[in-house]
Amino acid sequence: MTVTTPRPGAGRRDRIDELAARAGQLSDGDGGESLLRSAVRRLRRNPVAILGAVIVVAFLLVALFAPLLAPRDPYAQSLLSEVRQGSIPGSRDGYLLGVDQLGRDVLSRLLYGSRQSLLIGVVSTVLGAVLGMALGILAGGLGGKVDTVVMRFVDILLSIPGLLMAISISVLLGASQLSLMIAIAVTQVPVFARLLRGSMLVQRDSDYALAARALGVRRRRIVFGHVLPNSLSPVIVQATLSLATAIIEAAALSFLGLGDPDISRPEWGAMLASAQSVLSIRPELAIYPALCIIVVALGFTLLGEALREALDPKFRR
Amino acid sequence: MTGTSGSPVLEVDDLAVQFTRRGEQPTRAVDGVSFSVAPGETIGLVGESGCGKSVTSLAIMGLLPQRGVQVTGSVRLDGTELLGAGPRTLRTLRGKDMAMVFQDPLSSLNPTVTVGTQVTEVLAEHRDMTGRAAQDEATELLDRVGIPDPRRRLGEYPHQLSGGMRQRALIAMALACSPRLLIADEPTTALDVTIQAQILELLRELVQGSGTALVMITHDLGVVAGLCDRVHVMYAGRVIETADRRPLFATPRHPYTGGLLGSVPRLDTGRGTPLTPIRGSARDTIPWSQGCAFAPRCDNAEDDCLTEVSGSTVPLEADGLRRELRCRHPLHATPAAAGAPAGATAASSAGASAGSPSTGSSSWSSSEGQQS
Amino acid sequence: MLRFIVRRLLQLIPILLGLSLLLFAWLRALPGGPAQAALGERATPAKIAEYNETFGLNESIVVQYLKFLGRAVQLDFGTSTRTGRPVLDEFLDRFPGTIELTVAALVFAIVIGIPLGYVAARRHGGVVDNTAIIASLLGVTIPVFFLAYLLRLLFAVQLGWLPGSGRQDVRIDATHITNFYVLDGLLTREFDASWDAVLHLVLPGIALGTIPLAIIVRITRAAVLDVVNEDYVRTANAKGLSTSVVRRRHVVRNALLPVSTTIGLQTGLLLSGAVLTETVFAFGGVGSALRQAISDRDYSLLQGFILILAVVYVLVNLLVDISYGLLDPRVRTR
Repeated sequence: MTVTTPRPGAGRRDRIDELAARAGQLSDGDGGESLLRSAVRRLRRNPVAILGAVIVVAFLLVALFAPLLAPRDPYAQSLLSEVRQGSIPGSRDGYLLGVDQLGRDVLSRLLYGSRQSLLIGVVSTVLGAVLGMALGILAGGLGGKVDTVVMRFVDILLSIPGLLMAISISVLLGASQLSLMIAIAVTQVPVFARLLRGSMLVQRDSDYALAARALGVRRRRIVFGHVLPNSLSPVIVQATLSLATAIIEAAALSFLGLGDPDISRPEWGAMLASAQSVLSIRPELAIYPALCIIVVALGFTLLGEALREALDPKFRR
Repeated sequence: MTGTSGSPVLEVDDLAVQFTRRGEQPTRAVDGVSFSVAPGETIGLVGESGCGKSVTSLAIMGLLPQRGVQVTGSVRLDGTELLGAGPRTLRTLRGKDMAMVFQDPLSSLNPTVTVGTQVTEVLAEHRDMTGRAAQDEATELLDRVGIPDPRRRLGEYPHQLSGGMRQRALIAMALACSPRLLIADEPTTALDVTIQAQILELLRELVQGSGTALVMITHDLGVVAGLCDRVHVMYAGRVIETADRRPLFATPRHPYTGGLLGSVPRLDTGRGTPLTPIRGSARDTIPWSQGCAFAPRCDNAEDDCLTEVSGSTVPLEADGLRRELRCRHPLHATPAAAGAPAGATAASSAGASAGSPSTGSSSWSSSEGQQS
Repeated sequence: MLRFIVRRLLQLIPILLGLSLLLFAWLRALPGGPAQAALGERATPAKIAEYNETFGLNESIVVQYLKFLGRAVQLDFGTSTRTGRPVLDEFLDRFPGTIELTVAALVFAIVIGIPLGYVAARRHGGVVDNTAIIASLLGVTIPVFFLAYLLRLLFAVQLGWLPGSGRQDVRIDATHITNFYVLDGLLTREFDASWDAVLHLVLPGIALGTIPLAIIVRITRAAVLDVVNEDYVRTANAKGLSTSVVRRRHVVRNALLPVSTTIGLQTGLLLSGAVLTETVFAFGGVGSALRQAISDRDYSLLQGFILILAVVYVLVNLLVDISYGLLDPRVRTR
């Protein structure tokens, strides 16, 4: 597992730039083997990567086939008459993991919940990455005044701690699943923007880009044909790690009452949040969704770390 | 001055270093290397990067990592066996009886500790000097290695010194306890050409004055020509040719040595004379067990170079030049013949070649007759 | 060094301006606008019109922003809708609690994290190392509020070893001078009050300290692994220095540079409101007030708190930058 140690300078800004610079050394000389192929080769030899990939693939499959896997309707409440007033229903026949406060099948809700978590993770990460990359390309590709203005804006966004930022946006947009995703996405925007811009700057000053410029290749061609493709690896790593963060952050926002107001929809964060009130009597209602979140986040994190290691020139041999 | 009278300071006998990495074939970085250094003598270990010369020096110092490394053979410092000695014993010897100067002076100095502390900590460790006394001694040491305004430099950090100064400071640390043996691993490679000459001159002076044995590790034949009494040329972990400096430059026997000399542009040959580089790179090698590791790049190679015995040593005592060679088809089949492609001129011209520092022939003659 | 600090301070100005602009726009963009935010949801149109008049909300947006900025510079962040008190007062009442909690979390994270990271690196690939890696991965993936609930359930509710809510036992009638409860007890010589406040910090401190702990372990481990392979450590060994000198002066001193930066960054994050942890433990700090404000729709308090916290965060990061310069001679003596 790799961690980039921050060296000179300190702020989050500098950390991001450093990651970008590290990854930027990538294109510098390598014995012929293509970047991608050698990365894949090293990924396949890395047990961490395999574990991460297995978790992620399993999670994707569950999300895809939830309707086939779920033994029951995740929305259906068992008849209230079956539940005595004031008692908390627990396990019963045919309900593998028992039922929740409203008499719904926990297993089915967990299986269906993977879809919501996947949706939130992917949508918010893609949204954040696309917006951030757009800013990054603008700054890193054009440079000059545009760069200064865009980066100032990005620095302002970075100066608000992530959770506070997500809270303000959720409050602004009102509690809904969409606003949850937007809120998480916005916290990712400055990270992606700075990362891509930093990585592009390294590439832009690299010898091959200079050579292309000396040959009279037009700037747009250099930026989109050479600089951008070679700058993407830190973005890919960050996106993988962001999927984990997004899922955890969604749970936190749900817990703060800023999640999906439709509590009947099965979602791990909401399940976890609503289980807190009965934690001392039915801890498993919280533990199951929490475990799901932890395992999936772990899967994406392991995969992201392994990717970083595979793409990091420091670890190539 | 001759230091030859006593027994050798350092005797390396059949030293081998093998690296074992999990899931990979073990690799032999050093394979049966033997040599010795007498007091006051300077020897050169020469070869391309990756030939095992640095690993040899680290093995002598006991600085190789413990895990995944196997060191066999014998390394004796003043008769004391170092291989197999405990880490505690080695620590008391390092810095005191044997010291080392490394290639990159900036990365070899701790950036967060003052130069002064990095000098005095050696004094504190091995000479029980602290406080004022240590400060004075450190000032004296820096002065001796030619650092101006030494008192002020003690309080500065490595990044505030120039490259040459840093290397001088490292030499000061190495010489703080007047060691019997000094190993210099490419001490000038990271420096500017003009500084290189100064540092070499400094090393030569310091060693001459003290009777310290110096092992110079380098890929630069100019350094060898200017400094070393005896030269060991290494290739793929083995010594392939050993000779005193003069005969080596005059009549290189191993095609690799000849190639090294032929790769250096020289002032004394005509302008039209082409360089004769060695083909391929150090990666194009075969294991010694299958023949001569140099064979794939060798112009003289014949079929019998690819048999197991071709890697064995051929002593060449006949001409009285105390040479050893590991080659079946050497250059200069008769020592007198001088028609070989390269390196057939006197040592002095090699020393003057290619901007490499020459220290003047007077110093060579002083060590020339040493061992015969 | 001085020029470095001045330059950094100047760089703050556009960021702080941008920050104020963002939060000004935020309040304006809220449904109902600032009047409703200030008066609450049940405000009558007449009252809103009156409010708009008094606070100049009918003026041009530029004038309004400048006025907002002017008030913010004078530390006037408006009044809380719920309590009617100035937002700054609300903040100052609660911030000491958050600082105490931050310190507790950092102590926990540092005291365990640095030694663990060091040992993991020295036993690279061993059992301790692998355990530390797995634990630190779990530390960053476990939802904080879930961990907080688990700790509370286990150690406060089930076992009853430690208090699980609040900053001090309500039965203790302590005098509060600074609102740092631990400090107050010491000042007034009510040591049992201090001790009680410390006990109240244990569980939330652990919950809040988990993520910093995980990060510190990883950074320390990586830094030590980097440093032991540095040339200067080899030089130190070649000089025959004793193991303890090599470790102390050459390995640890350099490895702690990136670690201290990390600790600084984490401090900034923790201070900016442990919303989740404080909520679970009903800890009367800034974080639980933010949570309360979200459900009360106390927007002026939210705006003020977020603005102040972002400024605190930016300032702490600046301090980290400067102190890095002080720690590393390469920056200091440039």
